[in-house]
Amino acid sequence: MLRKLLIGTALATSFAFSAHAADVKEVQMLHWWTSGGEAAALNVLKGDLAKEGYAWKDVPVAGGGGDAAMTALKAMVAAGNYPTASQMLGYTVLDYAAAGVMGDLTETAKKEGWDKSVPAALQKFSVYDGKWVAAPVNVHSVNWLWINKAVMEKIGGTEPKTFDDFVALLDKAKAAGVIPLALGGQNWQEATMFDSVVLSTGGPEFYKKAFNDLDDASLKSDTMKKSFDNLAKLVTYVDPNFSGRDWNLATAMVIKGDALVQVMGDWAKGEFHAAKKTPGTDFLCYRFPGTDGSVIYNSDMFGMFNVPDDRKAAQVALATATLSKSFQSAFNVVKGSVPARTDVPDTDFDACGKKGIADLKKANEGGTLFGSLAQGYGAPPAVANAYKDVVSKFVHGQIKTSDEAVTELVKAIDDAK
Amino acid sequence: MSTVATSQIKLTPERSRTSVRSRLQDALPKIVLAPSFAITIVFVYGFILWTIYLSFTNSKTFPSYVITGSRAYQRLWGWTFDTDPPSSWYTSITNMGIFGFLYILICLALGLFLAILLDQKIRGEGVLRPIYLYPMALSFIVTGVAWKWFLDPGLGLEQTLHQWGWTSFHFDWIKNKDFVIYTVVIAGVWQASGFIMAMFLAGLRGIDGEIMKAAQIDGATTFQLYRRIVIPLLRPIFLSAFIVLAHLAIKSYDLVVALTSGGPGGSAWLPSNFMYEYTFKRNEMAVGSASAVIMLMTIVAIIVPYLYSELREKPR
Repeated sequence: MLRKLLIGTALATSFAFSAHAADVKEVQMLHWWTSGGEAAALNVLKGDLAKEGYAWKDVPVAGGGGDAAMTALKAMVAAGNYPTASQMLGYTVLDYAAAGVMGDLTETAKKEGWDKSVPAALQKFSVYDGKWVAAPVNVHSVNWLWINKAVMEKIGGTEPKTFDDFVALLDKAKAAGVIPLALGGQNWQEATMFDSVVLSTGGPEFYKKAFNDLDDASLKSDTMKKSFDNLAKLVTYVDPNFSGRDWNLATAMVIKGDALVQVMGDWAKGEFHAAKKTPGTDFLCYRFPGTDGSVIYNSDMFGMFNVPDDRKAAQVALATATLSKSFQSAFNVVKGSVPARTDVPDTDFDACGKKGIADLKKANEGGTLFGSLAQGYGAPPAVANAYKDVVSKFVHGQIKTSDEAVTELVKAIDDAK
Repeated sequence: MSTVATSQIKLTPERSRTSVRSRLQDALPKIVLAPSFAITIVFVYGFILWTIYLSFTNSKTFPSYVITGSRAYQRLWGWTFDTDPPSSWYTSITNMGIFGFLYILICLALGLFLAILLDQKIRGEGVLRPIYLYPMALSFIVTGVAWKWFLDPGLGLEQTLHQWGWTSFHFDWIKNKDFVIYTVVIAGVWQASGFIMAMFLAGLRGIDGEIMKAAQIDGATTFQLYRRIVIPLLRPIFLSAFIVLAHLAIKSYDLVVALTSGGPGGSAWLPSNFMYEYTFKRNEMAVGSASAVIMLMTIVAIIVPYLYSELREKPR
C-alpha cells in the first residue's frame, strides 16, 4: 500500500517536472464577451492563436456579466490560481498590479513598439510602475450622439454644434410627436451622458480638472452647477417610462424611429449593425454637441497575470496577437470601438469608425483624450460609483436642485477618496 | 433439551453484538452529523467571525488584515442620518423596514386567510392548493423578471388596460422612486403567500375536531371559533412562518435586482444590495463587511428574543 503510494507520488512528481520542462500550449482566458457580436469578435483572436499552436480555454463564469467575472477573478487570484489573462477595466488593473499579481510584458512591449502606438492616456492603465501589465484591446468613446436619420429628416434637423442647438433640435422632435431623447434610467447610463454634458459645458480643461484630477474647486464651481442644470434640461426630453430601462432597449427606440437620439458610447453602434442599419443612410453619428475634438474614453484591457514560467510563452503570444494591427482592425470593426493603437489603417471601418479613429488620433496628439468617470476611467471605483449615485439621484429627483447636487457630489467624492 | 442449549449458546454472542450495534446506533447520529457540523462551523460561523474582523480593517479590493479601527462603522453611522438627499445606506435600511414589515404581515394574513378558505372542505382542493403553492417553486429571478414586465407601464398592466380602453388608468409604481419598494413587496408576497398558506393549512388540519365541536355546542360563532380557538392554537405555525418569512425578507437581494435593477436612483436597495455593491463593485470591502455585521446584529436582535420567549414556555 505504502509502496504503491510512493510510486504514485514519484510518478506524479516526475510528470509534473516533465510538464514544467515543456511550455503549456494553452491560453486560459477570463472574459464576459459571450453575446453575439462580441463572441464573434473574440473568435478572430482565437483563430490567430490557433495558427500559432495555442489552444484557447475559457475560464467559466457563472452569471455572465462583468461583475460576476470580477468576483470569480478575485476568488481565483486569492487562491493563487491565476488565469493567463483576464478582461479587465481601468482601475481594476491597477488594483491587481498593486497587489503584485500581474505579470511583466515590458520586453514584448518594447519589441512591438507599444510605447509609441498606444495612446498615453491608455498607458496610465496598462503600465504600472514602468512595467506593462495589460494589453488594451480597444478604445470606446462615450461622447457620441446616435440619431435616426429618417426622423431627423422628418423634423428637418441638422447636426447640432452647440448645446443650445441640441436643445432646439430636441424641441423640434418634441413638437413632431417623437420621443426626443432615448435614455435608460440606470445610474451608469445617466452618468455616462453627464460625462458628455460636463465636457460640453465646461470644455476639455474643466473636464480633466473635475473628473480626472478630482479638483475640489472645479467640482464646486458654477460650471459644474451649470452642467447639472443642462442635465436637468436634457432629462425633460425623455419619456416617462425611462427609469430602469436597459441601454440596448433605448438604442432600439432610436433604431425603430420611436425616438430621435441617444447619448451613448460607441458600443451602441453594434446594436445598429445587428439591426442591419448603415451609418449615413439609416443612422447618424455625431459627437456630443460642443465636444468635437475631445474624446472621453474607456477601454477593455486584457490584464496579464504573473503566471508560472511554463505559461509565459502562451501569454506573450496572446498579448502580441491582441495588439497586432490585423486583430485590432478585425476585432474593432465588429465591436464598434476603435483600435487601441493609433497606427492601424482605417480602411475596413465604416464612416463612424473612421471618424472615431481620426478623433482618437487628434485627441491623443492634442491632449484632449480623457478617461470617462462614469465608466471607471476617471477615478477609482469607489469615487466613480459615488459620482453615479449623485447623478442618478439628481435625475430621479432625490436631489432636487443643482446647488444641492454640487454639494452632494463634493461630499460623496471626498468621502470615497 | 438440545434446542434449549443451542439457543442459550447463541444468546451470548447475540447480546454482545446487540451491544456493539446499540453503541453504533448511539454514535451513528453523531458520525453522520459530524461533517455537516464541521462545515457549518467553518463556513457559517467561521466566516461570520472573518467578516466581523474585516469590518474593522481598511480592506478595499482585497482583504487586508491590519486592524485600523471602526471607520467603516462611523461612515455607516453618519449615513444613517443622511436623509436629505437620502444616502444609499439610509434608503437601504428604511426599505428593509418597509419591505420586511409589509412582506411578513401581508404574507401571514393572506396565507392564513387562504388556508381558512381552503379548509372549508371545498371541492377541488387538491387542484387549488398546488396552484397557490407553485410560485414558491420559482426562483426570485423569475418572479422578479415576470413582475417587472407586468408592472412596467409601457409593457404590462397599464399598457394592456389602455389598449382595452381604460386610458385613465395609471400605475407606474415601479418607475417611481417613492413607491418602487412596494412593488418589491407585491412580487414577494405573490411568491411566498402560497407557501405560508400551505403551512397554515397543515396546522389547521392538525387541530382536534373535538375542540371545535365542543365550542360549537357551547354556541360559539364561526368568527369566535377562529378568533378564540383556531388562531391561538396555530401559534407554533405563526412562529415557523415568521422565521421563514423573516429570513426570506432579509436575503431578498435577487428580487430587487431582477425586478427593479436597484430602482430609480437606487431607491429600491435593501441592505443586501448595499453590501454587495460596496464589497464587490465599489471595492470598499470594510464598509460592505460592516453593513453585513449590522444586518446580522439586527436579525439576532429580532429573532433571539422571539425564539427565547416562544421556546421557554414549552420546556421539553
